[in-house]
This record gives sequence, C-alpha cells and structure tokens, in this order.
Amino acid sequence: MNDIFDRLVSFDGTGELLTLPFVQRALIAAAVLGLVAGLLAPLVVARGMAFAVHGTSELAFTGGAAALVLGIEVGLGAVLGSVLAALVFGLLGLRQRERDSVIGVVLAFGLGLGVLLLALYDGRASNKFGLLTGSIVSVDSTNLWVLAACATVVVGTLVVWYRPLLFASTDPGVAAARGVPVRLLSSLFAVLIGLTTALAVPAVGAVLVLAVMITPGAAAARVSASPLAGTVIAVVVAEVALLGGTVLSLGPGLPISGYVAAIVFLCYLVCRLIGRVRAG
Amino acid sequence: MMTVVRSPQAATDAASTHSVVSVRGARMAFGERVLWDALDLEIVPGEFIAVLGPNGSGKTTLLQVLLGLRHLTAGEVLVDGRPPGRGSDRIGYIPQQSTLEADLPLRARDLVGLGLDGHRLGLGPLGPGARRVRRRRIDAAMAEVGATGYADAPLARLSGGEQQRLRVAQALVGEPSVLLCDEPLLSLDLASQRTVAMLIEIRRRTAGTPVVFVTHEINPVLPLVDRVLYLVDGQFRIGPVEEVMTTEVLSELYGTRVDVLRVRDRLVVVGAEEVPHHVHGPDE
Repeated sequence: MNDIFDRLVSFDGTGELLTLPFVQRALIAAAVLGLVAGLLAPLVVARGMAFAVHGTSELAFTGGAAALVLGIEVGLGAVLGSVLAALVFGLLGLRQRERDSVIGVVLAFGLGLGVLLLALYDGRASNKFGLLTGSIVSVDSTNLWVLAACATVVVGTLVVWYRPLLFASTDPGVAAARGVPVRLLSSLFAVLIGLTTALAVPAVGAVLVLAVMITPGAAAARVSASPLAGTVIAVVVAEVALLGGTVLSLGPGLPISGYVAAIVFLCYLVCRLIGRVRAG
Repeated sequence: MMTVVRSPQAATDAASTHSVVSVRGARMAFGERVLWDALDLEIVPGEFIAVLGPNGSGKTTLLQVLLGLRHLTAGEVLVDGRPPGRGSDRIGYIPQQSTLEADLPLRARDLVGLGLDGHRLGLGPLGPGARRVRRRRIDAAMAEVGATGYADAPLARLSGGEQQRLRVAQALVGEPSVLLCDEPLLSLDLASQRTVAMLIEIRRRTAGTPVVFVTHEINPVLPLVDRVLYLVDGQFRIGPVEEVMTTEVLSELYGTRVDVLRVRDRLVVVGAEEVPHHVHGPDE
C-alpha cells in the first residue's frame, strides 16, 4: 500500500525536471489550457453540454490518430477532428434527448475509427497512449503556434461575444427576443469548445477532457451564481489542477491526466462542501 | 374575416397621438395555412391589448413579427414608426415562467442586467463611473418590482413568482416603448399572478407604455384590458372585451356554439374546442 503511495507521490528529481525546457513548455501549455478551459467551463455547464464536450474530445482523438497515420502534425489533426465534431453537435437541435442520442452515435463511430487508425500506426507506442491519457511528452510536442492560435481565437471571441453568449446560454428565449443570434452563437460556441478540446487532448488525453472542461465550471456553480465570480473560480480551479497535476506527475513519471483529474475532483468536493455550508 | 372593431376611446386616441405599434394589412401564411390576413392594429400609448385564441392560432407568431424575428407574408408592421429590427431596444419582452437548472450561473441582478445590455458586444462598461450608472439602473429596476431583497440570490433558488417579478424588471430596465408579454402569468399562483399583472399595469399607468399581452386566460387581467385581439384558425376579431367576448362573436369565430358567461367578475367560455379559459390551481 505504502509502495503504491510512494510511487504516486514522489518529488524525486522534480526540482531538476522543472529546469528542463520541455517541462517548462508543458507548464506554459497547461497554464494556457487552464485559462481557456476555465473561461468556457461555466458556459458549458450552463448550456448542459457535458456530453457534447465528451463527444468532441473523442473526435479530437480520432483526428489525432488519423494525423499519426498520415504523418502530419497530431495537434492539427486533433483540432480538425474536434472542430468538425463540435460543429456537428452545435448544429443539432436544441432538444436535449435528440442531441444526446446523436452525440452518442457519432462518439461511438469516432472512437471505433480512432482505435482502428491507431492499430494501423506502427510508430512509437507512447504516441498512441498519449492521445488517450495525455502525457508530458505529447504536451511538449504540441506545436506552440497551434496552442497560441487556438487560445487567441478563444479569448478574442469571448472578449467580443461574451455577453450575448452568456445571454443565449442562460436565457435563450429572451435573448432571441432581444435579437441575439442564438443559433449562430450555438455554432460559434461549439467551435470554441472544439479548439479548447484539441488543446486539452495532448495534456489530459481524450478520455479526461471533461476533467478540465466541465469540473471547474461545475465546481464554481456550487460556490457562486455570479457569472464573473464563477468564471474566476473556474479559471483558478482549472489552473490549480493543470499546473498542480503537471508538477506532481514529474517525480513519479506517470501520466498528467490522473493527477489533474484527482486534483480537480478534490476542488469540486471542496466547492460542494462550501456551497452546502453556505446554503445552511 | 376582416371585421375590425375599435373602441371609441382608442379610436380618438389613435387620431390624436401617434401609435406606438401599427400593423397594416398584415398577412401571415405558412404555405396553404393562413394564420391571419388583412390584420390592422394600431396600438396607442397606454393601451392594453390582450391577444387570445387557441394553440396554433398565431398568437406567438404575432409577437415574433413585432419582435422582428419573423417577416410578414404581406403588409407592414411599425414599432415607433420604424420596422422592428432584430434586437430592438424599443421592445420589452416578458416570457412565461420556466423551470431553471440549479447550476444556472445567474443571480437575480444578472438576469436584469442581461435585459439591459446582454445583447451587446464587448465586455460592457469597464470604467468605475459607467459601472456605477449600470448598477444604479439595475437596482432601480429591481426596486420597482420589489425584488431588492433577493437581488444577489441565485436565480434558480427563487420561486416562480419572484422570477416573474424579475422578468418584469428585465423587460423594463431598458425603458422600452412597448411591452410584449407571452403568457407571463402561466403556472403562477393566484397571488403572484395579481402581483405581476399589477407591476405591468403600474408601468402602463406611469409611463404610458402600451402592453401586448398574449394569454390563454383573460380573467387575471380582465380589468386592465382595453381591447382584445381574438384569433381562431385564420379568423380574428379586435375590439373591447364586451364586444368580442360574447356568445355571438366567439361562436362565429369558432364556427360552433360557444357560450360566454359572466360569473361575478369573471368570464367563462364554454364549448370552445380547446377551452382557452382554464383556471390554474395555486400550485400548478
């Protein structure tokens, strides 16, 4: 038991590793991802799109796997796959049940295709595994300009469209009456989710994108109903989880995703507790 | 059916003041199905128009036309003398009460704030002065509907009646020239129905804001209504309550025997295909 714990939590060589450029690049990537994921998470939660995000991340996996086989940039493949999926989900009807079943259908197909593509790929096995669970190597291999471009697009779009997006996400009926293009924003938001998901896949893997795209928003919703405070809390939670998870994973040399998921879940529990105590 | 009956009161008002909403020769058809044709409606300041009719008669479609979200098949519509554009600041819109998810990231004041500038691009007022002005306007709108006590409460925790008060504040905070209400009293208890109707009435009295009120149930607003627009299956009548809500007129509209009874201060309609005047239980 103690052995397992020692394997999981170890700071052997962490200090040394932190001085390495590839680790520092991974930390920068994690910080950027934490910012955009934290900004979007409350809106994802408000729109009830957890399943759509999951579906999108599986398609990012498919895109990444296809890129591996074709020998192009994996990050680019992930972006293409997830944006395509997000667009399809964004165009789907607003009825929750119909949306759910279509996402399930597309997700299953994408995942199956991805598994097949990975089987065709005869390169390094860590590349394959990295797509599913994330790794510090695959974070580092993310093209930095892909990262910068995605983050700039997401943040820039939010600066211009945040208010109508919040309106359309929380109060679609009145927003439409006030002339907010609710359907168009649905597609726009889907693209933002697609881009962020593609950024998240190398770090936490396709399986655990929800940990950074949903949990920070769900945690924030427990503590505050204010859109501004909720967004700040979600960003802080996402940053703590991603940066903390990356640092913790260094010593043991294990995948980042497990640590990120554990920290973010802990944050969620704490937020629930705070919410419970406050509500009295 | 092109009969247009106007109340003498409204007719003189229309002649003396300019109308806030004018609908002229309006036709709305989806393929073969005509919702209405040759609809003329001039709404003057301070007027309260109730729009009644069974489901599918085009009540909500009419609101969408006034909101600029749908185009007429023929005819024209003007709000404040101009065609309604998308996202018009001149219109306040009050929807029916809806169930809200517990994790909705909005407080009461945020809902009202969205009514003020939620449709605008950019991050909103950033300077301290502009932020103060915005806050003051939102606070004033909430005070007007008696919502100050729960201004910072999560929206999803509030009762249906409290939410609808906030809907009134959300619609009024932008100082609209006309209020469009889409079943705002539906699923409220009787006390809340009275409160919400009264809040709308206060704005009409003090600011002369005309009200277009789509409803299944005229009784909660019966004393407030100046004219009724009654739509049934492509036919319509416009006029004061006592001229439209009669056994003769409704029987003709529905094409079957419909009885309109006056029971104390309530109107009861019996025999319409889909009985439009059902009484809500307090918990419905």
